[in-house]
Amino acid sequence: MELLAFGDTGWGDELFYATLMTIAVSITAMIIGFSFAAIFTPLKLSNNKLLNLIANSYTTVIRGVPELLVIYLFFFGGTGAVMYVASIFGYNEYIEINAFITGAFAIGIISGAYSTEVFRGAVQSIDKGQFEAAKVLGLSKFAQFYKIILPQVLRLAIPNLSNVWQITLKDTSLISVTGLVEIMRQSYIAAGSTRDPLFFYSFAAVLYLLLTYLSMKLINRLEIKYSRGY
Amino acid sequence: MDLELMIASLPKLLSAATITLKLLLVSLIIGLFIGFIFAILRLNKNIFINRFAYGYSYLFRGTPLLVQIFIIYFGLGQIEYLRSTFLWVVLKEPYWCAIIAFALNTGAYTSEILRSAFQTIKPGVIEAGQSLGISSKIIFYKIQIPIAIRQSLPAYGNEIILMMKGTSLASTVTLMDLTGVAKYIISTTFKPIEVFIVAGGIYLFMTFIIHNVIKFLEKKYSFN
Repeated sequence: MELLAFGDTGWGDELFYATLMTIAVSITAMIIGFSFAAIFTPLKLSNNKLLNLIANSYTTVIRGVPELLVIYLFFFGGTGAVMYVASIFGYNEYIEINAFITGAFAIGIISGAYSTEVFRGAVQSIDKGQFEAAKVLGLSKFAQFYKIILPQVLRLAIPNLSNVWQITLKDTSLISVTGLVEIMRQSYIAAGSTRDPLFFYSFAAVLYLLLTYLSMKLINRLEIKYSRGY
Repeated sequence: MDLELMIASLPKLLSAATITLKLLLVSLIIGLFIGFIFAILRLNKNIFINRFAYGYSYLFRGTPLLVQIFIIYFGLGQIEYLRSTFLWVVLKEPYWCAIIAFALNTGAYTSEILRSAFQTIKPGVIEAGQSLGISSKIIFYKIQIPIAIRQSLPAYGNEIILMMKGTSLASTVTLMDLTGVAKYIISTTFKPIEVFIVAGGIYLFMTFIIHNVIKFLEKKYSFN
């Protein structure tokens, strides 16, 4: 137990901050994923073949390639890509990208592919009459979407989005290979310096279980909130 | 784009892909076995057996695969007692540690897939068997299992693809699988995009094959 003490003697505070880091990366990645889904879901649902192809290749490639490989691509390729873009604008100094941003972006793109599929399924399972009724009411396009379609999409999507969240949360453990100090990385450091890997990795497992359990509870509440009236 | 590097790295990556496939195949076979046993335990009426099976699947589905591999590879070696048993022969090899972790992980997911497949079998089907005077053992083997297998094919297909992606984590315990070799080439040449295209292409090709095999099986075993 003294291994988990807070302060200089134990790893309690380090692991606490690492847990906060895992939560922060997961939420950031989820938000990045939502923005990708917001772009690619309409492309998937559009009648244009080319736009369909773009969206389908995104989801197929990301869902068919290991997460770790995507992370390596961003880890090794991210700096180069940003520096290349900067050089077009005439900036030629070395740019170091933060591990948090690289990691959140890599996981976000993965999470976005899953979210896109979830939203596509949810929109497709909404009755056509709802779209027509919204139009007939004379609402603006914006109001049609925000007031009529989106609330229904959310209700249908939340159970599946909760799965996406769980996947995203667990995927953040892979960012540890890039050196970002989240739960996995901190456990690796602690295990190395105390020579007690069994304890620290088991503790990491407990932390992840706690996070998945608590987020399950929160999402269940959200689910109830969004299915009012059903 | 460095085409030369892409062509030069293709044979290395392809031979690494055989390791990925080997890892996948062995873990799937063991995992299917584990999944089957735990699915049956989940359906047991005894609350302790039931809880135990649920706890197993909850534990392995609620934690990242990376943690599971690290506990088995780095953690278990720490137990002095284990080092003196025959288990150490297996546990000191990263290859077998990875397989144990993958098999336990996919076993947990498979048990959930099979459990829900068993539960969705309509009671009428079993009753029909009973009224024909078939023994409950034969009902289980000849009626419930075939229906459950057919029922779980689509979900199991997804699980195979997820597991194939999961095998990439073997590279974190020094195994040179497809992702491990890809990372090695990237870190020596600093050409991440080219290597990603080749390695990702191989993974996508394997996903494509698995997807189509499952589709074929689904069609073959469909009810109508």
